[in-house]
Amino acid sequence: MTTALTFALMDAPFENSRTVTMFRIIGAALEAGHDVNVFAYEGAVALSFAKQAPHANAVHGRDAAAENHPLPRVWIESLITLAAARGRKLDWVNCGLCVDERGVAEAIAGVRRGTPADFWKMSMESGNTLTAGTR
Amino acid sequence: MQNYLLIESRDPFTAQAAPGHVELAVGLRRAGNAVTLYLVQNGVLPARAGADGGALHEAMTAGVEVLADDFSLRERGIGGRDVARGVKPAVIGLVVDRLADAWKVILL
Repeated sequence: MTTALTFALMDAPFENSRTVTMFRIIGAALEAGHDVNVFAYEGAVALSFAKQAPHANAVHGRDAAAENHPLPRVWIESLITLAAARGRKLDWVNCGLCVDERGVAEAIAGVRRGTPADFWKMSMESGNTLTAGTR
Repeated sequence: MQNYLLIESRDPFTAQAAPGHVELAVGLRRAGNAVTLYLVQNGVLPARAGADGGALHEAMTAGVEVLADDFSLRERGIGGRDVARGVKPAVIGLVVDRLADAWKVILL
């Protein structure tokens, strides 16, 4: 029987490679059949901001399509799709006060607003928790 | 005895804190715990043969299992034959397995 796992993220989009590593671990957890909880705190609440947009690269002569700029909101959407395909639960919670501070309330579908109390509840109900604290 | 998985994302050439993390791993091991050091991102740079300093080898001698994320190795052009002796490439799924097995896991 697989156990639920909880992850906490803090870094804003595009700021730290550790965010990518955490996305890889979260994806691996879903692939392995675990239910996954994610609590996004501080800058990480912007990872699911719906208005992230790709852009062209004039220096390299690429339009937006050719540049194919990666967007964290697309990665989260992929994880949501993966969870559904595997029949697992992915509960992605953005800290509400952190969302308000940063003005990123417009989030993609499939994530929800919450509080640090949700993180505590997730951790208490999980087999283990891994936190990527900001530095 | 506890089981610890320390995930090191930084290299000792640019991050002053990195050598201290290896010391932590060695200290935990000498205290009788099972310890794995999982190198990821630039943390794999000292896993290249020739770039591996005394710290990693001291850790392995103390009984710390040293693993290097296979994806991070590939990103940095560190092939199988370039990995320092004793360091084993590993998939990221190992982190999930250790979490599920109730190891204490820390991302450094």
